[in-house]
Amino acid sequence: MEIKLQADNIAKRYGSIDVLHDVSLQARAGDVIALIGASGSGKSTLLRCLNLLERPNAGCLTVAGERLALTPDRAGELTAADPAQLRRLRARLSMVFQQFNLWGHMTVLRNVIEAPIRVNGLSKAEAIERADHYLARVGVLHRRDAYPAHLSGGEQQRVAIARALAMEPDVMLFDEPTSALDPELVGEVLRVMRGLAEEGRTMVVVTHEMAFARDVGSQLVFLHKGRIEEQGTPSDLMTNPQSDRLRTFLASSLHRAGHA
Amino acid sequence: MPMLIEYLPILLDGLLTTLSVSLVSLAIASLFGLAGALAKLSSGRGARAVAGTYTTLIRSIPDLVLMLALFYGGQALVNDIGLRLGWDYIDVDPFLAGSLTLGFIYGAYLTETFRGAFLSIPKGQAEAGLAYGMSGVQVLCHITLPQMIRHAIPGFANNWLVMVKASALVSIIGLDDMVHRASLATAATAQPFTFYAAVAAIYLVVTTVSILALGQVEKRFSLGVRKAVL
Repeated sequence: MEIKLQADNIAKRYGSIDVLHDVSLQARAGDVIALIGASGSGKSTLLRCLNLLERPNAGCLTVAGERLALTPDRAGELTAADPAQLRRLRARLSMVFQQFNLWGHMTVLRNVIEAPIRVNGLSKAEAIERADHYLARVGVLHRRDAYPAHLSGGEQQRVAIARALAMEPDVMLFDEPTSALDPELVGEVLRVMRGLAEEGRTMVVVTHEMAFARDVGSQLVFLHKGRIEEQGTPSDLMTNPQSDRLRTFLASSLHRAGHA
Repeated sequence: MPMLIEYLPILLDGLLTTLSVSLVSLAIASLFGLAGALAKLSSGRGARAVAGTYTTLIRSIPDLVLMLALFYGGQALVNDIGLRLGWDYIDVDPFLAGSLTLGFIYGAYLTETFRGAFLSIPKGQAEAGLAYGMSGVQVLCHITLPQMIRHAIPGFANNWLVMVKASALVSIIGLDDMVHRASLATAATAQPFTFYAAVAAIYLVVTTVSILALGQVEKRFSLGVRKAVL
């Protein structure tokens, strides 16, 4: 199967602290990779390195077969050698954020059509048609003329997912998409994400929702202190964890699991 | 009173000069302010240093001193250069010089207003744009700038009010504004209170109208913002 996203030997330091140490990841078409680990394990940093919102100190990124040219800056962090290439590759990896990050001055519809028009060069009519399709897909079409501040958290996150889908990306990156939601709103967002996984979309998901990771994930990656401690299918890892650390982590997080 | 009615058209004619100097200065100040704020927030060390010097220096010196120094100094500089290049003596247009000087001074204050406004936008707003492949310029024009304006309006309104009043300083460098007209009328009629009170009243009208208008602008840019109720 086609490799959609490959990250090799990613390393990230903040000052003298190693946040990521030689981490590699590979997502084939249709993969749902769940990144799990305690807070501070580096999973969000890893995700943000994948689209260069965070600049790694070492490593290599390949999106849909195209390798991103990187060059170190003065601080020793890698930046894109060609900004146009970075923009092109970022447009193929759309991201869903923990805090939604919907643009507050735009209506729901504007939020969803903005990047397809400005980045992908769609006409307004095409973008609106596409936006309506995906807003309906996540169940918030009736809110298309509202502003984000007037939506519930669950609705905002679903709009954010529609915004990501409207880019028709190769890979969707989710950064703890349900962590900022009230418990009763988590379910509606996870349902949408399960649906996307079933459609065969390629996803990399940083999550604390172990039930979701177990049911939907094709690959589980357990990070501990910036290293991949264990990696494999959810059933292997969850029924037969090799390390004490994963065992401890699973025990504590399954204890909390109740949703979805 | 009959004196005032007789001179009122002349004063109002001066008001036009006052308003045009203020508006042109505001436009110039906004450009300096925006450039200054972006420079201060940029990662370029050189840009930050230049903008830092600009705001520190300008904000530490009285407007009047700067006005005189830049106007007469600028005039001397232009002619010094002109002399070497063999030009004739150039009389710097007081309208242009006044507007440039006021704009340059108030640009330093607006730099801080705009910088604060940019900083009050959550970082995730720009990040979302970048993550979807927008360029820095696109993020600035379509995401941060429109949201910055809402935060900037109270400080911007403040600067505008101060600047309208500071435009009276241009009468010193020979610009024929409302205050200059009032002083001429006073000299002719020996009724200072009448004319300066009239000028004060006109300023009051201008500033009141400004406050109302900017309130409307603030409303327009606050679409989609939930109000906190205390």
